[in-house]
Parts: sequence; C-alpha cells; structure tokens
Amino acid sequence: MADWVDACAVDDIEEEDLIRFDYGDRTFAIYRSPDDAYFCTDGLCTHENVHLEDGLVMNYVIECPKHNGQFDYRTGEAKRAPVCVNLGTYPVKVEAGRVWIQI
Amino acid sequence: MAQRNYSLLGPDAQRAVETGLATAEWYHTDIPRKDMKTLMKREDRPAIRDTIILFGAMLGFVAIAIALMPSWWALPFWLAYGVLYGSAMDSRWHECGHGTAFKTGWMNDALYQIASFCMVRNPVVWRWSHARHHTDTIIVGRDPEIVAMRPPALFRIFLNVFGILDAINGWGRMMRNAAGQLDPEEASFIPEREQAKVYRVARIWVAIYAATLCSAIAFQSWVPVLVIGSPRLYGAWHHVMTGVLQHAGLADNVLDHRLNSRTVYMNPISRFIYWNMNYHVEHHMFPMVPYHRLPELHEKIKHDLPVPNGSILAAYREVWPALKRQLRYEDYFLRRSLPASAKPYREDLHTEALGVPAE
Ligand code: FES
Repeated sequence: MADWVDACAVDDIEEEDLIRFDYGDRTFAIYRSPDDAYFCTDGLCTHENVHLEDGLVMNYVIECPKHNGQFDYRTGEAKRAPVCVNLGTYPVKVEAGRVWIQI
Repeated sequence: MAQRNYSLLGPDAQRAVETGLATAEWYHTDIPRKDMKTLMKREDRPAIRDTIILFGAMLGFVAIAIALMPSWWALPFWLAYGVLYGSAMDSRWHECGHGTAFKTGWMNDALYQIASFCMVRNPVVWRWSHARHHTDTIIVGRDPEIVAMRPPALFRIFLNVFGILDAINGWGRMMRNAAGQLDPEEASFIPEREQAKVYRVARIWVAIYAATLCSAIAFQSWVPVLVIGSPRLYGAWHHVMTGVLQHAGLADNVLDHRLNSRTVYMNPISRFIYWNMNYHVEHHMFPMVPYHRLPELHEKIKHDLPVPNGSILAAYREVWPALKRQLRYEDYFLRRSLPASAKPYREDLHTEALGVPAE
C-alpha cells in the first residue's frame, strides 16, 4: 500500500505552475491548476528523462522544457510529440493547508 | 581527433554514447523562475500578425509577378516570393515545430504543415530530427542537422544556396516515404508508432506535386511550377545564409551552447524572414521561449553570453576564414570568449572536445 507523504504547503506552488518534489531516490512534479486543484506526476519527462520542473503549465498541460513535448498532468496522457509515453500520476489530497501525495 | 564521421549509425555516434556526450545535461544561464514564466508565456497575436503579413506579401508578389509576365520586370517579384516560400517557411517550420509560435495548438500545427510542405521536410520525420538537434547539438554522430561539417562541405553548402541538395534529397525521400519506406537513419530516431504518419503525409504531397505538374502541362504554363515547388530552390538562399551562421566554425562535442552556437544582430527584414532565430544561443538554451520574446531573453542573459556578431556581414567575416582554415585542419574552431560577468566555461567537461582553440 502506497504511503501518503506531506509534500508541500498549498502556497508553495503558484497558480498554474508546478514545483519539484524529491522523495528518497524518486522525483515528482506537483501542480496547481488554474482552478486551484493539485495534481502530482512523475518528475521526469518520458521522452529523455528531463525534469519537468522548468516546464510551462498552460491550463491542464505541462510542456517539457527540452523539446516542448506536452502532457495532461491530470491524467499523465502524452499530448504532443516527441513525447509518446504517458507520465505516471499519483493521488493528491489537501489537508490543513498542506499538499499530500500518495506514492 | 580522428576524422569525423557524421553518420548517425557510425563510430562517432557510438563514441558519443560511451563518453556521455549523448543526451547529456547542458549549461543554462540562471534566470529566476518568475522571469522565465513571463518569457515562456504563449500568445497568438504576434504570430497571427506575422502570418497575415507573410501570406499577404506572398499573394501580392505572386499576383504582381503573374501580371507582369512575360516581362523581365516580373523577376524581382518572383524572387521576393521565392524568399518567403523557400526561406521564411524554414523559420515558420522551426518555430511551429517547437509549438511556441502561437498559443493555439491548431494554428501552430496548420502553419507547421504548410511550412513543412514548402521546405520539403516531412513534418513527422523532421520533428524528431529537430528534437535530436536540441538534445545533442553539434555532437558528431548524434546531431542530424549539422550544416557545416568538418572539414566543411563548402560545395554542398553552395549548392544548397539554390536549395539543390536539400530539396532534391527531400523530394527523393518523399517518394520513398510515399512508397511506404523509411531511410535507416530516419528509422533510428522515429518511433515505430509514428511511421504511418510519415507515409501518409508523403502521399498527400506527391498528389499536390502531381496536380501542379498536370496543371502546368494542361495550361502550357510555368506559373504553377513557379508558385509551388521551385521556390524551394530559387528562394532558399536567405535561410542558408542565416542558417550557416548558427553553428559554423564553432566548437563541436561540447555541452555548453555558448561554445557551439552564435547570436548575430540582424536587420529587421532578415529578422522577419528568420523569425528572430538570430538569437540562437538563447533559443538553444531556452527552447520554450517564443520567437517574439527572444530579444527580451537576450537582454536578460547577455551578461552571461559571448558578445554577438554585429551584423550578417560581420559574422561572415568571422566564419569564412574559420571555414577555410578547417578545410586544411579540421580540429580548428573559434572559441568565443565570455564577458567578465559570465560564468566561465567548464573546462573539465570540455578539455578533450575543445581540441585546439583559436588564438
Ligand atoms: S525530454 Fe521532454 S520532450 Fe524531450
């Protein structure tokens, strides 16, 4: 059973943006959408393992900073070449001003 | 260094993987996230404006050229149309391939398809090839888009001023793709699931060229061929002129775009045709920044970059002697010095690859 991990405060992420979250030897990206919902995906792009932390969030899409591949960060779905493989996603909950992810 | 082998399937490709040059981490100038977000922000307006100007000018030049035929006065208008078709479409292909020109996805895709057709670059193949160019910029054996090799293939570049090799190659590949075949080098960077798209586009293009040729024969007129296809030849010179400056004469097999890419200040017409790709170090460091924000990005990071060349002519004054010297001694290259405010190059990463720098 995956554990719930306290990742950050809700205000650590600007609206329509993301931050990087490292846990042990794993790395994740945590997003805050324009309607103030939170999501979590794997941190590395499935194309060439570049971290998404420097990417651009547009609505519900994260664009990779290396070759502009795009994913829907709610579902992890690869939306634009050169990414073809979906991103892993993880459950998120917000409690008392903190963002928790289940990994 | 032994003679360079630019094949993606050759010994240098293998060596780049073994030495960690392939898919490596590259140097980036530090920019606060807040500034970067502003710079990356997408907009439709600048590209819609530029696209209206581009297509409006193309239509206007063609209409005047046709009206003036068979007088020689038609020639400058055909040449102007040709540059927009055979050169401005190169930069549109490039920007829309990155998906940064417009905010709206379908606008990027539509212009990307048109520009790919004009440049005879299969939109699927070249999306992957350009991704590789960004991963492994000027890494010998890895980057499929190296223009000026070492020793420089000057005759090849000269022929391409008239689009000859690139266009003929493109048309040859189009026929091959339309027949359901892929070049082995292309197959090395295009995932299998994408390959059917390559063939589909090639077949549509063959149909367009066939219709163009048929109408030229039916109307006993050169006009269809002057409008579609041949401008890729007679209008190619500008994109070759600017494209050569991107990396020629600079270092190869390095992991810092300040060493292998060149920013050149250019006149406004060339910048319109080239869609600001003269800010080339900036583009390679931050491919997420749309073309219309590159001048702003340049201002933000120029303290950390080599001083740009002042004009196209000034850049050629630097590049031409370097290329001539590389004909005799291919390990020669220009090392761009950094301003005192810049973070120094990482010599530890580059000692081997740097070879013998210019004085
Ligand atoms: S590494 Fe993300 S799109 Fe290439």
